[in-house]
Amino acid sequence: MSTHDDPKPTHRPQPTGQRDAEETASPPEDMVQVLSTDGEILPGAERPNLSDEQLLEMYEELVLARRFDERATGLQRQGRISTYAPMAGQEGSQVATSFALEDEDWLVPTYRDHAAKHAHGRSYASLLSHLRGYREGYAVPDDVNALPEYIPIGTQVPQAMGLAWGFSMQGEHDRAVLCHFGDGATSTGDFHEGLNFAGVYDVPAIFVCNNNQWAISMPVEAQTASETIVQKAAAYGIEGVRVDGTDPLAVYAVTRAAVRKAKHPAEGERRPTLIESCQYRLGPHSTADDPSAYRDEDDASGWEERDPVERLERYLYREEILDDETAESIKDDVEDCLELAVERAEAVETDPGRIVEHVYEEPTDRLREQLSDLAELRERHGDEAFGEVGE
Amino acid sequence: MSTTTTPSEQGAETETEPLSLVEAVRDGLAGELARDDSVVVLGEDVGTNGGVFRATEHLQDEFGPQRVIDTPLAESAIVGSSIGLALSGMRPVAEMQFMGFASPAYDQLVSHAARMRSRTHGQYTLPMVVRMPYGGGISAPEHHSESREAAYVHEPGLKVVTPSTPTDAKGLIAAAIRDPDPVIVLEPKRLYRAFREDVPTESYTTPIGEASIRREGEDLSLFTWGSSTQPALAVADELAAERGIEVEVVDLRSLSPLDIETITDSVRKTGRAVVVHEAPKTAGVGAEIVATINEEALYSLEAPVTRVTGLDAPVPLHSLEDFYLPQALRIREGVLETVEA
Repeated sequence: MSTHDDPKPTHRPQPTGQRDAEETASPPEDMVQVLSTDGEILPGAERPNLSDEQLLEMYEELVLARRFDERATGLQRQGRISTYAPMAGQEGSQVATSFALEDEDWLVPTYRDHAAKHAHGRSYASLLSHLRGYREGYAVPDDVNALPEYIPIGTQVPQAMGLAWGFSMQGEHDRAVLCHFGDGATSTGDFHEGLNFAGVYDVPAIFVCNNNQWAISMPVEAQTASETIVQKAAAYGIEGVRVDGTDPLAVYAVTRAAVRKAKHPAEGERRPTLIESCQYRLGPHSTADDPSAYRDEDDASGWEERDPVERLERYLYREEILDDETAESIKDDVEDCLELAVERAEAVETDPGRIVEHVYEEPTDRLREQLSDLAELRERHGDEAFGEVGE
Repeated sequence: MSTTTTPSEQGAETETEPLSLVEAVRDGLAGELARDDSVVVLGEDVGTNGGVFRATEHLQDEFGPQRVIDTPLAESAIVGSSIGLALSGMRPVAEMQFMGFASPAYDQLVSHAARMRSRTHGQYTLPMVVRMPYGGGISAPEHHSESREAAYVHEPGLKVVTPSTPTDAKGLIAAAIRDPDPVIVLEPKRLYRAFREDVPTESYTTPIGEASIRREGEDLSLFTWGSSTQPALAVADELAAERGIEVEVVDLRSLSPLDIETITDSVRKTGRAVVVHEAPKTAGVGAEIVATINEEALYSLEAPVTRVTGLDAPVPLHSLEDFYLPQALRIREGVLETVEA
């Protein structure tokens, strides 16, 4: 399975049947959209049921996400956090999907869904703290219904299905589960097994494929011979929706409809939905990745103008929901918020004894013994000695 | 463990019924399904068909298809969805039809089930059970006879138990289901119908983490579990009758956590030890037991510890199976070699 620690690939795979690179680059047209790239409501589309205030909140969340991304990348370069998976270009979809959830709904995120997690209630400080190597950062606050990020690819799909299955078994029909994964995950067995189970047991789950066109170095055309990801939904008897993932209003609308259907399906309607959210990963796969090794800069042409932050911004200016003064104050708030998050994350402390905590509800005798051996060594040599590299 | 109960004292008027090991598994499952609404049994063919070994026979009739669930054929999703079920507040009991087919679910078990508690700092826990019939000796086709316990024992966060008697099968199933951590129950399929035993009809749990001394002895400690326990006991009886060698047979029952105290106390008493298991020798659980004896009781030893195990080869098809498994002959040779050393 790929993780952000994968070594840099040395060649670009060229399977038979791969479409040419030009086709790779251009955004697909057959997808749900609400906003034009200029931020105008498209003919036939309508503004989703969001107040001006909620739209401003969504915008602030997007600005915060973009700045968090830049800040986290900088912190990684300074050695203050470990490998980070940037989300530039994907914030619109992440924020909009979480906005479509209610507090009682569950979020099952990947390692790239920082903004989705934050919009569903996680703090950026806690996200930074696991990136600083503190497992405490994976502990989700009790009042937030989210799992910690999944690092192996696709494994979360059957688990999210099971979570939704459990809620319906227990008659908790007011809960939906939203599960994120990338285009690469659709090649794994777990994706197919999870979606198949979801269809068979008709569970209240929304599976969001964040098709950012690249699984590290592998373009989506080389990932699957399917014309689209969303068509795979048909194989499992569930609904599939393809949406422009850089259009926050469109993503919100389709996700909101899927959440409603998961909890309150109409007669004959099936609960689960697969959403293919078409986006582009503007940056590298991770801070350990160099995309110039496998893609040309103009691969992004047609996508850069679909920047989700600017797209919503243009709409808000056009509707006079946002003006320069508000935009300025949002920027200031975002900077303050990030300052605080970094400060809090850097203040987190831990203790070596915590390595053996929470392995089981009750530690085994052997774990207790190992903890006391460790404590004795620390006592005798001091913690500094543990960082020394042997001759 | 949330609650621990044991069968009523022997001699008290405990109601019992003669059950085979597979019937006791079923009885244990039925008891927990009745006791706790959050328990669900899921897997391939566990419902209408009652399981390929009949371990779940009639459970669907009794508890309905919402509690005893036939799933599509997909081991990773059976375990993966069980993780989700446990997170939602259910207590899933998943069946892997054969241990040899559990490999696709290994990723879900070790990458997620084993570490959900520790990586979330104790916030989310997985009270789930995965049952796997294991071992050979039933002339099964390829991939139906594996003993891969070491792979799961090596994974912190998982517990691994294996019964060798009907009484323990029922008690360990109940304990596993009530346990707050993920537990793998390895069921020795060779013993499923090998014999019957009077099993208490009441509900009880057999504590996880405690070995059982099946036969007391002063001359040598024989450590084993699951399917090898019966041949080990037969050999011990034979050697006592023929040569006056008294072998103490310790059925570990719980492979993770190991009952280190019982192991080392026994070695201190006898000074000699043999470990018997079906799995391949290299890096098997036997190696762990020998290492533990070295660490804790080396100076009590009067001879090197011997391992009698399966070979470091894939389990052969059944024409050669008796040469692979640690049958009575090899156990006997291993014991004599250690006693005479």
